[in-house]
Amino acid sequence: MIDATVKTLSSLLAAGKLSAAELAQEFLRRIDAYNGRINAFITVDRERTLAEARRADDLRAADRAGPLTGIPLAQKDIFCADGWLTTCGSKMLSNFVAPYDATVIAKFKQAGAVNLGKTNMDEFAMGSSNETSFYGPVKNPWNDQMVPGGSSGGSAAAVAARLAPAATGTDTGGSIRQPAALCGITGVKPTYGICSRYGMIAFASSLDQAGPMAKTAEDCALLLNAMAGFDPLDSTSLERPPEDYARDLDKPLSGLRIGLPREFFAAGLDSEVAAAVLAAVDELKKLGATTAEVTLASAGLAIPVYYVLAPAEASSNLARFDGVRYGYRAPEYADLDDMYCKTRAQGFGAEVKRRILIGTYVLSAGYYDAYYLQAQKIRRLIAHDFGDAFKVCDVIAGPTAPNTAFKLGAKADDPVQMYLNDLYTIPANLAGLPGMSLPCGFDSKGLPIGLQLVGDYFSEAKMLNVAHQYQLATDWHARKPQGY
Amino acid sequence: MSLALSDVQRIARLARIRVTNSEAAALRDQLNGIFRLIEEMQAADTAGVAPMAHAGELAQRLRADLATEPNQREKFQAVAPAVEAGLYLVPRVIE
Repeated sequence: MIDATVKTLSSLLAAGKLSAAELAQEFLRRIDAYNGRINAFITVDRERTLAEARRADDLRAADRAGPLTGIPLAQKDIFCADGWLTTCGSKMLSNFVAPYDATVIAKFKQAGAVNLGKTNMDEFAMGSSNETSFYGPVKNPWNDQMVPGGSSGGSAAAVAARLAPAATGTDTGGSIRQPAALCGITGVKPTYGICSRYGMIAFASSLDQAGPMAKTAEDCALLLNAMAGFDPLDSTSLERPPEDYARDLDKPLSGLRIGLPREFFAAGLDSEVAAAVLAAVDELKKLGATTAEVTLASAGLAIPVYYVLAPAEASSNLARFDGVRYGYRAPEYADLDDMYCKTRAQGFGAEVKRRILIGTYVLSAGYYDAYYLQAQKIRRLIAHDFGDAFKVCDVIAGPTAPNTAFKLGAKADDPVQMYLNDLYTIPANLAGLPGMSLPCGFDSKGLPIGLQLVGDYFSEAKMLNVAHQYQLATDWHARKPQGY
Repeated sequence: MSLALSDVQRIARLARIRVTNSEAAALRDQLNGIFRLIEEMQAADTAGVAPMAHAGELAQRLRADLATEPNQREKFQAVAPAVEAGLYLVPRVIE
């Protein structure tokens, strides 16, 4: 049961061979047994989870069940869930019990899915290794000396270790795709505006996007069907007719044109990762695809651009944490200003402070044009590069991350080295394009390697089709770490 | 460019984050490393390129000017550090 896909569990539930309560109990047992090893969950609330499972069973008894009714899902702790501690991995919110549901949570609730718990993450989603969490690092289930990636590292590790059949994540610069790659699972960052950001604690609002993390592309499509949709509560939510993201899964790949960006296979890419990704491309060719080299000439500047834009937006978004309306407040202070300054000094961790300071600086008088405006202009150049590429290909393929999982602590003291891990994922965020990572092999240390696909705007169904066909032909996605 | 200790203290002040002098020294070195990376942007020719603020190029939606949210003051204030009589308490700012 623990290795079953959401799709399979859904059929077992529908056939009455399994109840939502039994399923929730089994995964809660596994979390009890294994979470101590990998620290994937921040909050587990047995009673709430089981109550949701019983409600799901009631829905089914009343003949009101859908495909996700009774499916337990791990929720990244960035999503507000009514009555659940919602920390965003920060001391600042270590006492924050959310008073409302994020739209994504509400949609899953409506679909009858069961909240299995809140997963660990880099503080305010700022990190690529899950080491910036106030709740301690998550460990990679494939090797507990290694990071799981970040910022959705808890979600990725939980799915890899079979502590949850699937999970949610958010991706601002790679935070779904990079941990999915490093933990050997499948994760999708949809087109910007597809999933509502309401109730998803904001980091960089023009980039943040929620998405599913699961064992297979097919499961991601099922989750995305529930998560996506117009939401009047999010001013950047796109008003589009609902679509079935699973509709094209079974289409053959003959005639598919895959673009291989020269810049994604250049210096800095680990040779074992390169080999596995190119082997995956060969597999796709066997399935009928053709390849063309494409150029994303400005993508090389994606990291500098991102580390201006994301901190700028973060410095503004995180101004709300001042110790007045919610969250942490410093115990001692002289006056109001001192209360703000001490609350924020004590409540935020080092990486969050660094990014707030970068953002404050680039937005400050005299520096705006040189940094923020220049970054926004290059952002357009990057988006144009993708537009040109999609004139000659249907989907772009490349590595998700330049390397496999690295050792805990290896890059923790060197922000620049850490930032370089998102070299291949950030461009899609800047352009607002959909992207995903799926397992495509292992390195000689036995660590998973991720293949990244990037599609044109609103081409999730096509991207998932490519991934699903690849997963029908290979079994990398079905491998699991030993000892779980 | 290179940030001095006084720059770090100035932006920390703007960001309302207390930073001690020893923290400021460490931050200066880290931020200067990050800005060396950021400076790579200056090499790009962006003459005539319109800045892109947002992926979607969205226009703000308008809605009817009606109260749509129920009053949930008590629920929302339950998570506040200090409240009294429906008000948020902060240190006195007006003598």
